[in-house]
Amino acid sequence: MTPILEVKGLSMDFGGLRALDQLDLDVKEGEIVALIGPNGAGKTTFFNCITGIHPPTEGDMLIAPPGKKKQERVNGLKPNHLTERGLARTFQNIRLFPNMTVLENVMIGRHCRMSSGILGAIFRGRGTVREENEVVRESYVILEKIGLAGFVNEFAMNLPYGAQRRLEIARAMATEPFLLLLDEPAAGMNPQETKELDDLIIWIRDNEKISILLIEHDMKLVMSLSDRIFVVDYGKKIAQGTPEEIKYNPAVIKAYLGEEVDA
Amino acid sequence: MISFQEIRRSFLVSVWFMFLTFPIMVIRVNTVEGEIEWRWQNLLIVGVGSFFLSFVWRYFIKKQETGKKKVEAGEIDKIGLSRRIFAQPKFYLPALIAISVFALVFPFIFSMYQTNIMITGLIYVMLGLGLNIVVGLAGLLDLGYVAFYAVGAYSYALLNHHFGIGFWAALPIGAGVGVLFGILLGFPVLRLRGDYLAIVTLGFGEIIRLILENWNEFSFGPSGIANIPRPSLFSIQLSLHNATIYLYYLMILLVLFTIFVVNRLQDSRIGRAWIALREDEVACEAMGVDRRKTKLTAFALGATWAGMAGVIFAAKTTFINPASFTIWESIIILCIVVLGGMGSIIGVILGAFVLILLPEYLRAFSEYRMLIFGGMLVLMMVFRPGGIVSDVRRTYKFAGLQNNKEENL
Repeated sequence: MTPILEVKGLSMDFGGLRALDQLDLDVKEGEIVALIGPNGAGKTTFFNCITGIHPPTEGDMLIAPPGKKKQERVNGLKPNHLTERGLARTFQNIRLFPNMTVLENVMIGRHCRMSSGILGAIFRGRGTVREENEVVRESYVILEKIGLAGFVNEFAMNLPYGAQRRLEIARAMATEPFLLLLDEPAAGMNPQETKELDDLIIWIRDNEKISILLIEHDMKLVMSLSDRIFVVDYGKKIAQGTPEEIKYNPAVIKAYLGEEVDA
Repeated sequence: MISFQEIRRSFLVSVWFMFLTFPIMVIRVNTVEGEIEWRWQNLLIVGVGSFFLSFVWRYFIKKQETGKKKVEAGEIDKIGLSRRIFAQPKFYLPALIAISVFALVFPFIFSMYQTNIMITGLIYVMLGLGLNIVVGLAGLLDLGYVAFYAVGAYSYALLNHHFGIGFWAALPIGAGVGVLFGILLGFPVLRLRGDYLAIVTLGFGEIIRLILENWNEFSFGPSGIANIPRPSLFSIQLSLHNATIYLYYLMILLVLFTIFVVNRLQDSRIGRAWIALREDEVACEAMGVDRRKTKLTAFALGATWAGMAGVIFAAKTTFINPASFTIWESIIILCIVVLGGMGSIIGVILGAFVLILLPEYLRAFSEYRMLIFGGMLVLMMVFRPGGIVSDVRRTYKFAGLQNNKEENL
């Protein structure tokens, strides 16, 4: 099976600093893949490269939406073009649109799937009205699924922290991705919220047919969720494999988990 | 209630004010007699006045803060009075009718001087609404907005001078040239944001003004262009009085048109993209919004209104020169948007009237006019930092949807 995302030899230099060094990674359809590593290992940089925020210095990124055999090289594409092709992300420190309502936040996610332009907006023709109604409805349905339907008309900034995290996921889902990139989705959550997040991610994979690549520090979450784990340290991949393999990998233990871990 | 500490603070404030105003309020040099007058009673007035004003000031600040706390604690509804009024047809319908009637009969019950001021006010409403797209919605701080205004005015003046093109043909041309220049400015500043964007747009505004001032062969330099015709009604030339009234109604229509378009844009796909861009540029792009396109449309659509307003300005004054398009104008228009409430149409309209009409009606205070004006601006921003009317987002009701779902279950 062709992987839906394949990264080959990805390197990223910031001036003289090599943040990522010859990184390989792949995600297959229907998988939940985790990317872990100590702080400053280059995980977020990797996400920024895949989502087009930083164009990588070297290497290839290939995507193949499910059902398509042919891979497309997507290096150096702009973030919005990557989103159009089906990669959607969330951010490590929540980046919602604070002064927009919850529904509007999700509607922005639908932006790239809509087509009405300036004239459509001014004259409000039948096509625009239909599209607009449809977007409102679809966005609401997504919010219902994520469990935020009660907040539709609230400003995003007034939501509780956990709900903001979920809203970010809802907004990303609205772009109709085939791969969802979650940057530390459980950061700052309490155990109860983390548990709910765990269920939500599984649910998204199973019911929405969206594969998931996530960065996470919560080892319990990572071990229970992931099908495969990639470990990076100092921009280099030091290990990859199933949670079981990673748990007992000496390189990982040394670099990341520390010597005493026996969990 | 009034503690010793508060009295001490007010005392310090009054001493400080006495010290500050001492040179201008107390000392007066009589140049004829060659001696210095000491007006000690002024010092007393300033001292006592500032002592009491500082109490009033602190009272209002305290009131505002307790209000904020109550909102945070959820004790009172955070929906402001203005919003409650706008939400109820019972209140706003009569108000709307009263305002419309007042606007319609205005030129017949007031003097031509008043009508002229009102036309200026309406031109600034249009400019404010245009800039509101760029600054209020898209969050791009544009300090050179007056350039588009100038471009519109000069395109009418020059086209009329060289080719005899009339007002009605010039209006869409002015808008079109505005769009063109909006895109022209938009391209180089696509990558900039915040302070950098402000500086570049400031420079752009100055460049346009300097070109108009110095390129004598093209724009007739500082002496400007005179004898620009007023708008004609079906090619009938109107007397000055009638032309003013005509222009007034024309302006009312154009402002209504602007409100209509801006309102529709605000709640559309493109309008939401602008607001998202203002809120978070990185997230906006990551969510699939084309940053380039969104920014360019914001600049272009903002400049459209300035271009049109420029044409009307030229037709109203019948004479234009670069002195009308200084940076000060950009600042005033920006003040309209910020004071009125960024992103809020009603706010911007109110802001325009406050900022343009207030200085006119404050003429009674002669030399203190600008002092009072400045003081009011400061007070406004202290007590209502969000502007007169803050931005209201559209709310959606889903009663129907939920019911359907329940029925299905």
